[in-house]
Amino acid sequence: MTRKTPIQPEFLDALLRERIHDESLRGNIRRATQTSLNKRRAVVSDYEDWETLRQLAHDVKSHVMDHLPVYMARFAQRAREAGAVVHYASTAEEASRIVCDLAEETGEPLVVKSKSMTTEEIELTPALERRGLRTVETDLGEYIVQLAKEPPSHITAPALHKSRGEIGALFAEKLGIPYTDDPQELTDIARKILREDFLEAGVGISGVNFAVAETGTICVVENEGNARLSMSLPKRHIAVMGMEKLLPDYSSLALFLNLLGRSATGQRLTCYTSLITGPRRGKECDGPDDLHIVILDNGRSRMLQDDRLREALYCIRCGACMNVCPVYQKVGGHGYGSVYSGPIGSVITPVFRGEERSKKLPYASSLCGACAEICPVKIDIHHHLLDWRRRIVSHGHVPLRERIAMRLFLLLARHTTLFDFAGRLGRVFSPLLRGKDGGLQVPVWSRTRRFPALPQQSFKQMWREKNGRS
Amino acid sequence: MTDQLFPESGMNMIRVLERIGVEVQYDPRQTCCGQPAFNTGYHEESLVLAERFLDIFDGDGSDRIVAPSGSCTTMVKVFYGDLLTLSPPYREKAERVRARIHEFTSFLVDVLEHEDVGAAFEGRVTLHDSCHALRELHIKEQPRRLLRHVRGLELVEMQAAEVCCGFGGTFAVKYADVSASMAEEKIESIEETGADFVTGVDSSCLMQIDGMLRRRGSAARCVHIADILGGSAA
Repeated sequence: MTRKTPIQPEFLDALLRERIHDESLRGNIRRATQTSLNKRRAVVSDYEDWETLRQLAHDVKSHVMDHLPVYMARFAQRAREAGAVVHYASTAEEASRIVCDLAEETGEPLVVKSKSMTTEEIELTPALERRGLRTVETDLGEYIVQLAKEPPSHITAPALHKSRGEIGALFAEKLGIPYTDDPQELTDIARKILREDFLEAGVGISGVNFAVAETGTICVVENEGNARLSMSLPKRHIAVMGMEKLLPDYSSLALFLNLLGRSATGQRLTCYTSLITGPRRGKECDGPDDLHIVILDNGRSRMLQDDRLREALYCIRCGACMNVCPVYQKVGGHGYGSVYSGPIGSVITPVFRGEERSKKLPYASSLCGACAEICPVKIDIHHHLLDWRRRIVSHGHVPLRERIAMRLFLLLARHTTLFDFAGRLGRVFSPLLRGKDGGLQVPVWSRTRRFPALPQQSFKQMWREKNGRS
Repeated sequence: MTDQLFPESGMNMIRVLERIGVEVQYDPRQTCCGQPAFNTGYHEESLVLAERFLDIFDGDGSDRIVAPSGSCTTMVKVFYGDLLTLSPPYREKAERVRARIHEFTSFLVDVLEHEDVGAAFEGRVTLHDSCHALRELHIKEQPRRLLRHVRGLELVEMQAAEVCCGFGGTFAVKYADVSASMAEEKIESIEETGADFVTGVDSSCLMQIDGMLRRRGSAARCVHIADILGGSAA
């Protein structure tokens, strides 16, 4: 079940135009994001001091990032004391290789996976399948997109772009069952199939939402119980975590659990919150024989060293910025062509995938700032997009015609006489460029919107007339 | 924007200010604060314009600087801080200027504490919250307070007042389809209110919204808040 749809290399204009006119896709995305936002609003109001909590979370993350080596060493030591094996991977390839080796050495042919963006980041599933290991996504949304051979389109709701009708048709086609669009029936069908896989699998792979340094504990939140099964039934559990997931202790974990559920799905707490400290011990009746934790860097150290960009490491992957983003609502996660989509995706993807290959992403935003306003850890997301634009321009990753246009604009704007003269020229010749709608015909703009006609006089001319000077 | 495309709004702003006894001066050397370049990532270019702006406005003898735009005000008040880290000699100038510059409605309500400017305007009006004004300058109530004092004006709120219109500077042409699609959603929200007019504190958002209203054959029209407040009750 390898995902064959190639991930688009960047925010593609042609693809986008198609998506923008796909009314049903837009409807699906809109319904799903609005539902999440409405639920979120209801539970955020539990707290009169929500803003204080956000600031607190921001400060905790800031503290962790300032002392990351300390917390990392503490976490690794405590996790080892609890019986886990801790691995470090500096690149995505290395992490993928470590996990594949660990899975392969069990000799088991079946791997069950719970939802994890970090494993998407390291492109783990295709790598496991290249090694001949059948890999099954067990989160319902992930299961759906895996059946459709698509990447997830949202970090917490991977199949958010699909309607239940589309899911029904997909199940009928891929699983050979009679068509139904009843969510409960569809869920039951998936559950029945997945139960078999859980029982048979020798390896379970999960992500990590938070890692508690004081106890070496990993925390995984979910709503379906599939992650808990993936982590406890197979004899080997491999957890993959970005190194930014660290928290100092349980009291900070409590804060973050309050923020994550509310921001992501509008839940006070997700249905399952698993805290795992080491593998099964002695007489315990469930849990894996061994637990491996793979800590991934993949550019995160570089972010840490950048005074501004390090803030993006505070992200807890709640997806609220996607739900609220008017651009995301129009194009959906696939429109970005990157594993992490939406506003925060456009901030971190250039780090993970390289600036050149991500040069369009920071421009895929109107910079409205709704993302920063909703972010539970107060990441200044839209200002980070501005920072990326600056880097992209200064590294020359922009088209020549844009450079020329900016130079021309600068030339006019720095010389009042030239600026005024260009304005006059415009006013004289603009009637020739008038469209049927009476407005000025402006390339690109006028295709979709009217542009105003130029006025008879500039402000400056009016001002001079009013004040009796020519 | 105001100089070349919407001069009437600039004149109306002056009309309002003079009506309530403010003495207005205007330096004709000014052109642009540099935001279009800054927002697109061209810091070098915007730095030149920022320094030019500061040279013109710092020590120009006025007490306050007023702009009919939340966006241009944001550039000076918020982003010059980021930009001028590149140019130490201008840091002090920027500090002085940013303390003196105000968006028009915020100047009236927060600085002058003047909510009734003696304006009259007939019609049902809904207000679009411009992103820069709302999220960078925290301007939300100021324009509403002013509008509530306008004779003949009925203020109706739209559902998605705080949702971006899709303009976003060069975004409007770089991703024209997404931008236009955002504007479409905005006008749906506007049409639900049955308003005759949409107003706001930024000509650029209003140009985007008005362009879509007209393209879709909607009856509603955009007017800058200065154009509403400029209409005299007398």
